[in-house]
Amino acid sequence: MDLAFILIQLLNGLQYGMLLFLVSSGLTLVFGIMGIINLAHGSFYMVGAYLAWSLASMTGNLATAIAIAIPLTVVLGMALEKLLFRQLYTRDHLYQVLLTYGLILVFEELRSIIWGDDVHGVAVPALLSASIPLTDNLSYPVYRLAISGVCLLLAFALYVLIQKTRLGMMIRAGASNRDMVQSLGIDIKFIYTLVFAMGVALAAFAGMINAPLSSVTPNMGSHVLIICFVVVVIGGIGSVKGAMAASLMIGLAETFGTVLVPEVAGMIVYVLMAIVLVWRPEGLFGRK
Amino acid sequence: MSVNDSFDRRGFLKGSAAIAGAAAVGTALPSGMAFAQQGKLKIGLMLPYTGTFAQLGVAITNGFKLAIDERGGKLAGREIEFVTVDDESNPAKAPENVNKLVQRDKVDVVIGTVHSGVVMGMAKVLKESGTLWINPNGGAGAMTGAACAPNFFRTSFSNWQTTHALGKVLKAKGHKTAVFITWKYAAGEEMMEGFKEGFEKEGGKLVKELYTPFPQVEFQALLTEIASIKPDAVVAFFAGGGAAKFLKDYQAAGLKGKIPLYGSGFLTDGVLDAVGDAAEGVETTLHYADSLDTKKDKAFRLAYAKTFKLQPDVYAVQGYDAGQLLAAGLEAVKGNVADKAGVIKAMEAAKIDSPRGPWTLSKAHNPVQDMYLRKVVGKENKSMGVAWKGLADPARGCKL
Repeated sequence: MDLAFILIQLLNGLQYGMLLFLVSSGLTLVFGIMGIINLAHGSFYMVGAYLAWSLASMTGNLATAIAIAIPLTVVLGMALEKLLFRQLYTRDHLYQVLLTYGLILVFEELRSIIWGDDVHGVAVPALLSASIPLTDNLSYPVYRLAISGVCLLLAFALYVLIQKTRLGMMIRAGASNRDMVQSLGIDIKFIYTLVFAMGVALAAFAGMINAPLSSVTPNMGSHVLIICFVVVVIGGIGSVKGAMAASLMIGLAETFGTVLVPEVAGMIVYVLMAIVLVWRPEGLFGRK
Repeated sequence: MSVNDSFDRRGFLKGSAAIAGAAAVGTALPSGMAFAQQGKLKIGLMLPYTGTFAQLGVAITNGFKLAIDERGGKLAGREIEFVTVDDESNPAKAPENVNKLVQRDKVDVVIGTVHSGVVMGMAKVLKESGTLWINPNGGAGAMTGAACAPNFFRTSFSNWQTTHALGKVLKAKGHKTAVFITWKYAAGEEMMEGFKEGFEKEGGKLVKELYTPFPQVEFQALLTEIASIKPDAVVAFFAGGGAAKFLKDYQAAGLKGKIPLYGSGFLTDGVLDAVGDAAEGVETTLHYADSLDTKKDKAFRLAYAKTFKLQPDVYAVQGYDAGQLLAAGLEAVKGNVADKAGVIKAMEAAKIDSPRGPWTLSKAHNPVQDMYLRKVVGKENKSMGVAWKGLADPARGCKL
C-alpha cells in the first residue's frame, strides 16, 4: 500500500463524508433543531431523486429540473407541516414516529403508482462529465468534486443562517422555548413551517444532485435514512458543525474500514457511534 | 383472489336471481360451489408483490399463468384455483407466510420465491409438511444442496451456476488474474465461490475478493483498490439499483476500457436503460439472453407480449418453466396430485422445452442447463453463444 493509494482513499473518504453531510443536512434541521423525529426523511430524498429524473427526462437538463423541483418540494414541505406535523408538536415523540413511518409507506406507494418500480439513471450534466486522471488507470469524476463543492457551500450557508442571522436566532430560540418566543410576538408557527419546508427541500435537493451518481431506485430512501440519523446523533443534536464533523468521520471510517478490515466494514460506523456516545453522550458538538 | 372470484359470482347470480327467482338460486349455489372445490387443483403462489422485487414477482406469476393458459387454463384436465401470498421479500415472515398456504389453504403445490433468505425460510416448513414445492427464482445453494428434499424443485438457477462458466470465458480471453467484487451476503459469496472454482480449475488466479456490506452502494474505495491491484479482469455481482450504480461508477473511475468487466448475468439485467453507455461491452454469463433466436423463445416472447403487453425477462421464463414442470408431473399421474411419488418421479424425468433452451433436472432437482455468454450491445444482453453446455450445480451435501 503506497502513499498515493492512501491519499486517494483519503480523498474518497472525505468526498463520501461530504455526500453524507449533504444527505443528512435536512435531517439536521428537522430533527436536530425542531426536535421532530422524522423517519420520512429518506422518502423526501427519494422524492427529490425521482423528481430530478422525471423532470430531467422531460426538459433534457438536470439544472432546469432542479430549478423546477425545489419550489415543488418547498410547497410539499409546507403542506405537510401545516396539515400533519403541526398537530403533533405538543404530543409525545411516539406520535411523530408513527406519523412519519406512515408517511414512508404512503410515499413508497405513491412512487410506485406515479413512477413505477424500475431502476432509472440520470445523465451527469455534460459540463461536469469529465474525469481527472489520478494514476495510470484510475481517474476521478469531476461531478463528485462538484458535489463536494456544493456541500461546502451548503454547510457554510446553513451555519451562517442558523448562527448569524436574525431568523436563525428565532429558530434557535423557538427550539429551546417555544412559548416564550411566541409571547414575545414572533410568529413561531410560520417559522416552524419554514424550517420544516427547508428540511424537506434539503433532503430532496440531496436526492436530486445525487441522482446522477446513485441511480434512481425504489427504496433508495430507506438506505440513507439510518446513516443520516447516525450523522446527526454523533454530531450532536442541533449542531451543523457537528453534522459536518460526523459526516467526515463516518466517510473516512467506512472508506478505510472497507479497504483494511472488509470483514467487519458493515459495523464500523455503529461501533464508532457507540464509542462517541459513551465518551460524549450529547454528541461531538451537542449542548449538554 | 378467491374472495374476489366468489364475490363476482355472487354478484352475477344475484342479478340473474331477479329473473330466475330466489328459490332456484338458493339451491343451485352451494352445490355448484362444492363441485368446483373438489375438482380444482390448489396452487399457492408465494411471491413478492410489493417492495424492491415486486416486478420479479409479477413476471414470474405472468410466466407461470402463461404456461397454464397454453394448456387451456387447466393442468392434466383439472381446473386451477390460485391462492396468493405476498411474501414482501421478508425472511422474518417466511415461515408464517408459507404456513398460511400449507395449513390454512391446504394447497397442493407451492410456487415461490425470489429472495434467497425467504427461500430458506420456506425450506424449513416445506421439508416438514412434505408439500410439493417449485422455486422459480431464489438461487440459494442450500435449497438443492445440504437442505435438499424429494419435494423441492427449482426451475431457475443456483447462485454457483451463474458465475461458474466465467472461469472458462476468462481463460479463453487470456486473462490470468481476476478480482471478484460483490455484496457481503449469501448470494454474493456463493457466486464468488462458483467463479473461483471455475477460474482456478482453468489455472487462473483470483487475487482478491472485495466485499462491501449489503446493500451499501458506495464503491469508490474498492474501485481505488482495483486500480492499484491491476488485475487482468474484474468479475462483479450486484443487482438492481446497486448494479446500475456500480456500472456507472466503474466507468466514471476510468476503469472501463482499461480492465475488462465481467459478471453474473444479473449485473446487466433490467438496468440497461438506467446506465446509458456504462454497460456497453460488459460480458456476463446467465441461463438466458436476449435474441436467442430459437423457435421456442420467439413463440414464448410473442405470446407473453400479446397477453401481458410487456416484454418477458429471465424471471418470466423461470415462472413459465415452473408451470411446464408442474404440468409434466401432473400429466403423468392424470391429475391425481395425491400420488405424490408419481408426480415427483415424472418431474424428475421431465425434459423441459424452455425458451432458454431444453433442460433437465439434476439429482438434487436443480436445472442442468446451458450457460450463455452475453455481451451488452446497446440496450440488449446479446447472446454470444453457449459458454458451458449443460452446467450442473455440484449440489454439495445433498443425499438425494
